[in-house]
Amino acid sequence: MYAFDFVRPTSVADAVAALGEADAQALGGGQTLIPALKQRLASPSTLVSLGAIAEIRGVCLDDDGRVCIGGGTTHATVARQAAAHYPALAAMAGRIGDPAVRNRGTLGGSLANNDPSACYPAAVLASNATVITNTRRIAADDYFQGMFTTALEEGELITEVRFPVPQAANYQKFVQPASRFALTAVFVARFADGVRVAVTGASEEGVFRWTEAEAALSDSFTPGALAALSVPADGMIDDLHGTPEYRAHLVRVLTGRAVAAAG
Amino acid sequence: MTKVSMRVNGRPVSAEVEGRTLLVQFLREGLGLTGTHVGCDTAQCGACVVHVDGRATKACNVFAMDCDGAEVATIEGMAAPDGTLSPIQQAFQDHHGLQCGFCTPGMVMSAAALLDENPRPTEAEVREYLEGNICRCTGYHNIVKAILAASGQPVAVAAE
Amino acid sequence: MPKDHAPKDRGIGASSRRREDVRFLTGTGRYTDDINLHGQAHVAFVRSDVAHGRINAVDTEAAAAMPGVLRVFTAADFASAGGIPCGWQVTDRHGAVMKEPKHPILADGKVRHVGDPIAAVVAETYEQARDAAEAVVVDIEELPAVIDMKAAIEDDSPLVHDDLGTNLCYDWGFVEDNKAKVDAAFKAAHHVTTLELVNNRLIPNAMEPRVAVGDYAFGTGDHTLYTTSQNPHVIRLLMGAFVLGIPEHKLRVVAPDVGGGFGSKIFHYAEEAFVTFAAKALRRPVKWTCQRSESFMSDAHGRDHVTKIELALDAEGHFQAIRTETYANMGAYLSTFAPSVPTWLHGTLMAGNYKTPNIYVNVKAVFTNTVPVDAYRGAGRPEATYQLERVIDMAAREMGMDPIELRRKNFVTEFPYETPVAVVYDTGDYHATMDKLIEIADFAGFEARRAESAKKGLLRGLGINCYIEACGIAPSQLVGQLGARAGLYESATVRVNATGGVVVMTGSHSHGQGHETSFAQVISEMIGIQEDQVEIVHGDTANTPMGMGTYGSRSIAVGGSAMVKAATKVIDKARKIAAHLLEASDADIELKDGKFSVAGTDKSVEWGAVTLAAYVPHNYPLDQIEPGLEETAFYDPSNFTYPAGAYACEVEVDPDTGKVTVCRFAATDDFGNIINPMIVDGQVHGGIAQGIGQALLENASYDADGQLLSGSYMDYAMPRADDVPFYTVDHSCQTPCTHNPLGVKGCGEAGAIGTPPAVVNAVVDALQRAGHTHVTHIDMPLSPARVWAAMQTN
Repeated sequence: MYAFDFVRPTSVADAVAALGEADAQALGGGQTLIPALKQRLASPSTLVSLGAIAEIRGVCLDDDGRVCIGGGTTHATVARQAAAHYPALAAMAGRIGDPAVRNRGTLGGSLANNDPSACYPAAVLASNATVITNTRRIAADDYFQGMFTTALEEGELITEVRFPVPQAANYQKFVQPASRFALTAVFVARFADGVRVAVTGASEEGVFRWTEAEAALSDSFTPGALAALSVPADGMIDDLHGTPEYRAHLVRVLTGRAVAAAG
Repeated sequence: MTKVSMRVNGRPVSAEVEGRTLLVQFLREGLGLTGTHVGCDTAQCGACVVHVDGRATKACNVFAMDCDGAEVATIEGMAAPDGTLSPIQQAFQDHHGLQCGFCTPGMVMSAAALLDENPRPTEAEVREYLEGNICRCTGYHNIVKAILAASGQPVAVAAE
Repeated sequence: MPKDHAPKDRGIGASSRRREDVRFLTGTGRYTDDINLHGQAHVAFVRSDVAHGRINAVDTEAAAAMPGVLRVFTAADFASAGGIPCGWQVTDRHGAVMKEPKHPILADGKVRHVGDPIAAVVAETYEQARDAAEAVVVDIEELPAVIDMKAAIEDDSPLVHDDLGTNLCYDWGFVEDNKAKVDAAFKAAHHVTTLELVNNRLIPNAMEPRVAVGDYAFGTGDHTLYTTSQNPHVIRLLMGAFVLGIPEHKLRVVAPDVGGGFGSKIFHYAEEAFVTFAAKALRRPVKWTCQRSESFMSDAHGRDHVTKIELALDAEGHFQAIRTETYANMGAYLSTFAPSVPTWLHGTLMAGNYKTPNIYVNVKAVFTNTVPVDAYRGAGRPEATYQLERVIDMAAREMGMDPIELRRKNFVTEFPYETPVAVVYDTGDYHATMDKLIEIADFAGFEARRAESAKKGLLRGLGINCYIEACGIAPSQLVGQLGARAGLYESATVRVNATGGVVVMTGSHSHGQGHETSFAQVISEMIGIQEDQVEIVHGDTANTPMGMGTYGSRSIAVGGSAMVKAATKVIDKARKIAAHLLEASDADIELKDGKFSVAGTDKSVEWGAVTLAAYVPHNYPLDQIEPGLEETAFYDPSNFTYPAGAYACEVEVDPDTGKVTVCRFAATDDFGNIINPMIVDGQVHGGIAQGIGQALLENASYDADGQLLSGSYMDYAMPRADDVPFYTVDHSCQTPCTHNPLGVKGCGEAGAIGTPPAVVNAVVDALQRAGHTHVTHIDMPLSPARVWAAMQTN
């Protein structure tokens, strides 16, 4: 990898200051960024590690019953500590990558990168979560803006994400056999005021909501409610591992399975 | 260059490193602990798994400076000082859980982390936990058996 | 070893724990990348990012001025060096020798595949070398690339090597004289089954990436190369004689602990020659450590055949004839043994386990703008087995016959058996391995398991197949006639120390096979001493006799035989010494349990006393024999060995996603005699996983421009622990090899050969049983997307 300076601030304020330098880049758990650096796909002047900032780590419940997770919290911690509050979210976190990756990779890092095959974006979007940064709050529907693109400004840091807890939820991930990222995955969350369905891994535009399914499932939260629906293959990812038609098909299959599993 | 300090296998160590120095480079090149291997550059093969503060970590996918102050355990620290193999290491030998030996350090370190979290895993749990450790030689059969045996569960011994 | 006998605690047949495990389990193995020499510099290669192009200029000036850079090398620096040689010359069906292109160490004039090395930067550190490599300015005029094999031999195809005038390396017919008879048999046949298939390109992916460290001693002029090799002597010979012009006595090649090979570390690679050359040029040790992403475009790939096979049968299902036409991808250059793989390692196996009277095999080997293709675990034999066992399954279905009965009806049962494709099976019992398979795979319980799967909405299928392989490669005179530019013997020196300990220096090389344990078991058995009295030394040309190395499941059959031969010489000499000490005739001396005794008496002398006498010859027949106890032997086999077996696979297919799960896998193998059952089981396990990998997961895929789409583990699917089940393996069916002293056949490749057809047969069976009767074949890998797509077509 290219040479860079490495700083390890202990507060959000110091991290934001460090990120103000030209070509500085934040380092979460590094599980995606470090391989990219090895391939020399990025050349930051300074890498600002967020690994020593205690204030952005942890899982708790707020007064509204939302699960609040610090941006620097690892997937393994979410899998353990969110299980009692939001089992579907914890289960999703417990299947990202592999155990060693889950011990380093973080919620904030995943969301900031917004890989089109990542798991967290589906959970955040389906849960209608709020992404909180050092400067503002961003609704999930506004946050994701296409493959590897988000609403984050330069130097803006995800400090926390607040997840409303649905009445029922489930995440179904069909893995790409090599990377074990999602070939296609669906997060279904049923709230009192309706159902949200978020799909990752499938679209060239990154994570998206399948609104037709949401409407049908809001009327009847059963797999059968999807019977007449289909997802257009247009805009779906076409690669070695699946055609657009295959991915479109998987969206429907996995949504049905998620509904059945959520009960 | 910046000074980084940590404890490796219980021994305090410190050295000047570059920002881009990975933990695995610090261990292999800096400390001469060449038991931790590098088998890929996309953080998938798991030959480099060590424990950082008790948790399985891919040493090729974490910077040395992010381990400042950490407690790091590597394959070299697994056997007793007199050379007696740990129960997991011994199970790998008894059950022929290794062939070329290249993935083995990572396998043993992942197995140790698994049994720490889940002392009596099922076969399926062992296989799932090894998602980030690739072996090309054994077909995993005897690795899974070795880990089940190391957990104290009855498994027919390969070496008999 | 019969299962009802008590397990042995040492020697032949014992599942001795592996001694090499202790160093591997404690992180104290010594792999090539663990070697760091004083003053060592590092190299980074500038590799082509286009598949085909003309090099107009390589400007190294800026790179040479970068921090830490010692020197930048280009093709011009190797003007006096030879190219990377090919070790096998195939003669085509018209009697002409194959087209053999030049293979320079660094690309000269043209680049021919993505990853082709153009320049090499040596610097103080690896990162400095990488930094400077980016500053090398390469002016390449990109040319149209040819990737598809059939397109490559069209008249208008771009030429990979302009000077050859064609992309056809050879057009091989085997046996050419059989062709007319075969064609006639097809005309007369009751039924013909035809199958077109792809044997997918694989990337071997030994877990240890390749590494090479070159060193040069100015005081003596000695070169040393440390390298990740399966055969250090072969590298010494090829690189010394053909590439760099270094006499073998001034070149030492060391292959220390090697982290798996699977064929990919047989070959002599440009990087090995480079570091050896550069170490002398720079007066510094030079190290190259391959990054995994670099290995995807610099290690030889495997398989990559496109085949049409036809099987002719009579009304009762007796095989009448087999005719095949195969396109075999050589890639951009001929790797060391590439030409032999689709020919002599493939065509000779097309009879399989069956007495088919007429066989004709045609192979067109083709150059394309892809990474060179060469032997990968099984090498030619998996390709033969896959075609044959798939087409037999298809024929059984078309003729309404049971696939097992159809196979049984055609089994070879009389041995020795000379096939119509020029090999003689010395021994085997294919009904026995099939009987055992039916038992251990619990075919009787299949329908109940299928019903359980159906309750979960899953489609269960059962696939079986047989295989035969030719191993222990092989008689030097024969392979010489077939075009090998090497002998294929093996060597061993058995050195007995004064106190009775034994050191065996073998030309075989262990990179996971456990020779240090199993070879010691053989010596322990022969002499009757404990295994820890025996040390096995391998991997260093400085202290082992000229050997051909380890591949083709040849180590115990050829290397083990050489060791037995040398040990027999040692024992014969020791017997003479013992006879002298015991004042008896040689002919009356017996060796048992480490003791020489006079037959029919209680007079005896310990092994250690005899060995001491050999080195302290105070009371010794010096007028008849020399002091010392050390012998070398070379063993050249008189035939291949023919391991064979039968495999069964059960799968569940998810009809909604196409995902295939391997639920059960059983393998029966006849390996002849077994030295260490535990190690043999482990070899089969590993081969099965690689076979499942080929069948379901692995695929080296290029786009039309020659970019490798599966260029890392992000897209190249390696089998993981949760992709495979526990396997049931059995090797109790044993028909010992008739022509080597141990009666052994070799076990390293069987799993990779026998597994892919079982998996594919099982998936097709599952779909057929579920009513997808139009699905008669799906090309590997049977990814979820491919299986789902196949199900959509009716």
